[in-house]
Amino acid sequence: MSQPSDKALVSCEQVAWRRDGVDVLQGVSFAIAPREIVTLIGPNGAGKTSLVNLVIGLADPTGGRVPRRDKLRLGYMPQHLRFDSSLPLSVERFLRLATSDRNALTHYSERLGIAGLLGQQLQKLSGGELQRVLLTRAVLRKPELLVLDEPTQGVDVLGQAELYRHISELRDELGCGVLMVSHDLHLVMAKTDTVICLNRHICCHGAPESVARHPEYLQLFGKQAAEDIAIYTHHHDHEHDLHGDVVPESHHHHHDHSGCHHS
Amino acid sequence: MIPQFLLYALLAGAGVALVAGPLGSFVVWRRMAYFGDTLAHSALLGVALGILLQIHPLLAVIVSSLVLAVILVALQTQKLLGDDTLLGILSHTTLALGLVCAGLLADTRIDLWGLLFGDLLTTSATDLLIIYAVAILVLIVLWRCWRALIFATLDETLAQVEGVPVVRLRLLLMGLIALVVALAMKVVGVLLITSLLIIPAATSRRFSRSPEVMAVGASLLGVIAVAGGLGISYFLDAPAGPSIVLAASTCFALGLAFPRRT
Repeated sequence: MSQPSDKALVSCEQVAWRRDGVDVLQGVSFAIAPREIVTLIGPNGAGKTSLVNLVIGLADPTGGRVPRRDKLRLGYMPQHLRFDSSLPLSVERFLRLATSDRNALTHYSERLGIAGLLGQQLQKLSGGELQRVLLTRAVLRKPELLVLDEPTQGVDVLGQAELYRHISELRDELGCGVLMVSHDLHLVMAKTDTVICLNRHICCHGAPESVARHPEYLQLFGKQAAEDIAIYTHHHDHEHDLHGDVVPESHHHHHDHSGCHHS
Repeated sequence: MIPQFLLYALLAGAGVALVAGPLGSFVVWRRMAYFGDTLAHSALLGVALGILLQIHPLLAVIVSSLVLAVILVALQTQKLLGDDTLLGILSHTTLALGLVCAGLLADTRIDLWGLLFGDLLTTSATDLLIIYAVAILVLIVLWRCWRALIFATLDETLAQVEGVPVVRLRLLLMGLIALVVALAMKVVGVLLITSLLIIPAATSRRFSRSPEVMAVGASLLGVIAVAGGLGISYFLDAPAGPSIVLAASTCFALGLAFPRRT
């Protein structure tokens, strides 16, 4: 977080994003350094996906700047693919749209456990399989910055833990920065360097432990979240113990943040 | 020895079917069937305007289809109404306007039946030349942009992040469909054009594990439908356009009897 912005892969400088007369984001500033894992958390409608879109250049900010490192190679893992099942496409063919490097394709397919799926048709994959294929695809671009929008959607708890482990290992192997949006606070916090807690503006940011104690964080996510972090801290010592897991969605019931309207 | 008019009809139909295969596949993949229908309906207006301005009807249709595609893209930028509603409005407005114009031009002996259901059997050597010139042009463009088109069709957002010019590709595809609609009007008429695009592609889907196989399969099935339809038309003295569509539908129905390959 404190890295000087000239070394950053990408940074946001006082970024604002306004759509259909609604201020989705205001005064957002942060930077992602090489090898840094930044996790974006926040309630529904907090502007997480909007912020990701600004970072990857899918949208231009209505205020402020988003300077990127020159010719920054992005690997983007979307929440889901919107393809029509009438399009016949094998997993291998899908991956070859990202790279022509067959060795890399073989390597990362084995690395992420999808080697056995290469001949499968894309629309036949389960949620967890598709997420791993999408991650493989993003990695095949040899990214300097890996951007993941809710990478564990439709993945069971064990699969989630595995996916986060893959992400942090890939960061070490590729030396890339990572920006991810996540709801799985208790799982993700162990694998992240910086947490940004977003609700139309940056409520708080920093190392996971300090964010978890921040009053705005507690106000945003309520008591339930504090219990979550207690579980998280516990996990930190006993990584395999996934019992007593708290359903992430429960945060929203406790969320009351005056002056915030959800779109 | 088959008579010359039948040979010309077969060659014209086959030319259109060849290019309708890959383009029809994109129409299916991108759910643009209704868009094709709208272009087709507007083609009647193009013909009427062509007669009015005394330019070749095929050229008039190509121009009017392209104009319609641009209007549609412009309308899509407002997000109050769904695409299907916009297409419905455009489709029937242009069809109605075309019919009114055709009515006003009654003294020029406009062949409404032929426009609505095709007049493949009157194909001239000039028509053949135009059909093959346009078909080859469309196939070359598709060949050159194939990978980007497949990527953008799979997921526009992902393609856009990785630098694929998705909006330009969308316009390109609409333009190509407009061209083929103009060609296909001669074969099956404005009311049946969409079937020539989507039925062979839909039939081919069942037996395809890659986009290329589906596209080539759709072309072959289209040619078979044209040949079969002309056969029916010749021996039963049935109208050619609807016979071709029925032949395509028969292929689709027969395909259902075979196990899926995917």
